[in-house]
Amino acid sequence: MAGVRVLVGTRKGAFVLTSDEARRDWKVDGPHFGGWEMYHLKGSPVDPDRIWATQSTGWFGQLIQRSDDGGQSWAPVGKDFAYASVPGTHQWYDGTPHPWEFARVWHLEPSLTDRDVVYAGVEDAALFKTTDGGETWGELKGLREHGSGPHWQPGAGGMCLHTIILDPTDDQRIFTAISAAGAFRTDDGGASWLPINKGLLSGEIPQQEAEVGHCVHNLAMHPSRPDTLFMQKHWDVLRTDDAGANWYDIGEGLPSDFGFPIDVHAHEPDTVYVVPILSDSQHFPPDGRLRVYRNRDGAWEPLTKGLPQANCYVNVLRDAMAVDRLDDCGVYFGTTGGQVYCSPDSGDTWDAIVRDLPAVLSVEVQTLA
Amino acid sequence: MTRVVLPYHLRSLAKVDGEVLVSGETIGAVLAGLEAAHPVLRGTLRDAAGTRRPFVRFFACQEDLSHTAYDEPLPAAVLEGREPFLVVGAMAGG
Repeated sequence: MAGVRVLVGTRKGAFVLTSDEARRDWKVDGPHFGGWEMYHLKGSPVDPDRIWATQSTGWFGQLIQRSDDGGQSWAPVGKDFAYASVPGTHQWYDGTPHPWEFARVWHLEPSLTDRDVVYAGVEDAALFKTTDGGETWGELKGLREHGSGPHWQPGAGGMCLHTIILDPTDDQRIFTAISAAGAFRTDDGGASWLPINKGLLSGEIPQQEAEVGHCVHNLAMHPSRPDTLFMQKHWDVLRTDDAGANWYDIGEGLPSDFGFPIDVHAHEPDTVYVVPILSDSQHFPPDGRLRVYRNRDGAWEPLTKGLPQANCYVNVLRDAMAVDRLDDCGVYFGTTGGQVYCSPDSGDTWDAIVRDLPAVLSVEVQTLA
Repeated sequence: MTRVVLPYHLRSLAKVDGEVLVSGETIGAVLAGLEAAHPVLRGTLRDAAGTRRPFVRFFACQEDLSHTAYDEPLPAAVLEGREPFLVVGAMAGG
């Protein structure tokens, strides 16, 4: 029976939500790893029963968990994320040099073709890869060793590599994003990297058009158009049609172009979703109204049916939005207030799957045959 | 055997309830015994170089042993099994 499995990472554990394709009745399973911060969970596109989870606390450090039965049981795998060379320094909040230090894994991106290969984005920013099912992790050090590294600086959440996008048509091409350095692309499997930030304007940094230093919050790509990416920057929503060589602003019409997540409709490569947030000082929706905005045919429209339209002051974090690939595309997002919302009709109507989880850090969806 | 009390997060990680019994007469030996019996705990108490993680504390007999050398003998009451060796997550946050 077709259905979906929603993987939710929260501040205090992980949850697995399952439903049939109607996406009206849900089974809630969890918490897994209760009390631990679960920054991200993601399933393998090759083997959907293989799910990866990053587990951490500031007290006891980093672990990686793997499930081979769809999230029913888990086993720890390798957790040694050692930088491949002396990391040197990046810029601290006050502009002084600060040593590169591993803090946690933010994002796990399983390979599109090999169940044993996974990429991990970490704080302080670097990209790691396992080719043996998670037993060992090696750094793709060309990114961290990009000459601009000493000028990278942490965003409010830390200097994290939070977005990894694999090109489905070219296994040598990977896109990443780092707060606050910007977006980068490799065309040689991670050996060398190119900053792809032309067109970004950031008023928060001394040189608005700098090659690096931009606080990119999230990127999204439709698999049928790997040269087109969408970006939610700290401020601004942008698009590129040449794999990041040039970006242009598409945020006009939004009540605020500040926000965190961005995603693309499963079957409409030009349809994009964002959740406008009032500002970087006030991390909640404008006017206390939780609205997803959909850009279809070039214009933004608010999607509000089923979402709170008064007294709502939650945030939606960068990895907390996803879409399924059922015929009628489902859109999902989680909030810092612990709600996980689902729209089974491309955003036209919404309902809460759960309302009282711990603060949601990430949402991913698996579409099951 | 030394009686070791782990904090909730590490008990759930190691899938143990209550106290853990470990052979060892020093903090270093107890930590090594814990890690050998429960490999998932490697890295959670101390880093690869052996340094205690900053928010991990060790107590026994109402004494803070967090800064005691790893090769110092544990208190007699711990060695005799009358008192447990406590691994504690430092109080931090709200």
